[in-house]
Amino acid sequence: MTSSSPKLTLGPVLFNWKPEALRDFYFRMADEADVDTIHVGEVVCSKRTPFFDPFIPEVVERVAASGKQVVLSSLALIMTDRELAQARDLAASDILVEANDISVAALMGGRPFVAGPLLNIYNEGTLASLEAMGAARICLPAELSADAVATLAAGAKAEIEVQAFGRLPLAISARCYAARARNLSKDGCQYVCADDPDGMDVETLDEVPFLAVNGTQTMSYHHMDLLGSVAGLADSGISRFRLWPQTFDMVRVAELFRAVLAGRMAADEAEAALVPLCPGAEFANGYIHGKAGHLFIDTD
Amino acid sequence: MMRPELVCPAGTPAALKSAVDAGADCVYVGFRDETNARNFPGLNFSRKELGEAIAYAHAKGAKVLVAINTFPRAGQPELWHRAVDDAARLEADAVILADIGLIEYAARSHPGLRLHLSVQAAASNPDAIAFYAGRYGVKRVVLPRVLTVSEIAAINARIAPVETEVFVFGGLCVMAEGRCALSSYATGQSPNMNGVCSPAGEVRYTETHEGVTSELGGFTINKFSRTEPAGYPTLCKGRFIARDKASYLFEEPTSLNTLTILPDLIKAGVTAFKIEGRQRGRAYVAAVVQAFRQGVDAVMAGRPLPDIDLDRITEGGKQTTGAYEKAWR
Repeated sequence: MTSSSPKLTLGPVLFNWKPEALRDFYFRMADEADVDTIHVGEVVCSKRTPFFDPFIPEVVERVAASGKQVVLSSLALIMTDRELAQARDLAASDILVEANDISVAALMGGRPFVAGPLLNIYNEGTLASLEAMGAARICLPAELSADAVATLAAGAKAEIEVQAFGRLPLAISARCYAARARNLSKDGCQYVCADDPDGMDVETLDEVPFLAVNGTQTMSYHHMDLLGSVAGLADSGISRFRLWPQTFDMVRVAELFRAVLAGRMAADEAEAALVPLCPGAEFANGYIHGKAGHLFIDTD
Repeated sequence: MMRPELVCPAGTPAALKSAVDAGADCVYVGFRDETNARNFPGLNFSRKELGEAIAYAHAKGAKVLVAINTFPRAGQPELWHRAVDDAARLEADAVILADIGLIEYAARSHPGLRLHLSVQAAASNPDAIAFYAGRYGVKRVVLPRVLTVSEIAAINARIAPVETEVFVFGGLCVMAEGRCALSSYATGQSPNMNGVCSPAGEVRYTETHEGVTSELGGFTINKFSRTEPAGYPTLCKGRFIARDKASYLFEEPTSLNTLTILPDLIKAGVTAFKIEGRQRGRAYVAAVVQAFRQGVDAVMAGRPLPDIDLDRITEGGKQTTGAYEKAWR
């Protein structure tokens, strides 16, 4: 499906931010960010959910009042009865839901939902199956190349979304590496993942930056930056791009993506403007070029 | 108590014979291409070899399961469809699939073909399992290695008559299987897309004066002193620096070994025990299959567990019961 103007999605905050700070972040995004959709909800660790749950109604209200669409994202790894009960409550919500585990997609019972990037949708067969289950929008896995996403978009009835900015979620585990790095167990984790609001940097023994840890989730060290590719991807039928929240000024990050998509700013100019917005960050776009994810391929 | 099937790996026809002869109830194999998650050079079966292997196994009362458990490439599903068609034509006892679209294809094109859900689909709860069973008629689910024994028992109580299969020995993914892109982040190749994790073509060992450095995709995964054996640089078993401290952040080089908790897994209602290692040789396959054959038979006969030392064939000589015990998390 092609659309005249591609949309921007602000993904759910994947990190363990303090509840008030998270609420204020969403308020600001609702009020100021030039994005079409904002995702809310805990994706990574069910132990975190009680802290932000009480704030969700006011965040949902604020986003809706801003005229933006709000989506509730599900957990990625659902193992316990408690997590499954949470998923059932989520699926029963009147608000649009993003399924990040297949059980949530099934629980939707055919009602429209967003298929999240942590489902494995690599080909047109699976894409069609998810559409038949009610997926109205599908955010594709990070590993896919521009050719693959264009092939999928060409045959899709659902809106197709591609991850375009931020540290990429690469893996999910039952084990918590934030706790393990401090010799703590997951049960007695003391919520230490909150110490690293953009993830805990992981380097090789040669001190080369490599990965980042967000509790049970392993992420890329590099920040995905598809500013150089979004216009071409939009031409090939990608109708949405996802920005993953970091502690950077996401209002200004979103502005850059909007400006490039609207043809108001050249990609290289936007990339130059992105660097000072993301102090210390290194960028990557390898996956979309069909290469190792950590690489940055210059598109000029 | 139900007597669990022993599901054993075979990367070659010779390994399949060893597994069957050592007492495997089932052997799982893959075709020699990227349709399976052990797409390694020199490994796996041609169509002709698979036909012969199935005849050998069936003659000895064993089953053959064909793993077609990578995710078909966008726009090019034919290789994967043909793998399913050929497994059905050669009368494989089941196919082990991970991709929803491929499962749908198999269910539609071969209604009589028994479907198992690969661990790569990471179905970790009763609702996910009910989805695959209800929508596509999947008969057995290989559980991801993220669950404790008590969680497995709870799942089994809820999903009957769908069967579960769990890993009991061998290489250990520490991430939810099929939901990990670490390998492609470093190398461009991943289990989901290419059927390889930490591919050999991206591995380099460099001699230094301190010893040996192992690299994957140009990233240092570990450093070994002259007295330590230099292990294979599987990404999640490497040593990394976090919070100024070098450690095996994700997992040590170790192998899953559940011999000591076999009675608990049997009580949890698991239908089949799976041994990892299609990339391993005949000697490994024979030793592990024999050990677990003795273990399962002892539990079923109410005898004490045999004390079998599998140290020499485990990674780094280290063993773990992994996620089956809650403390691992």
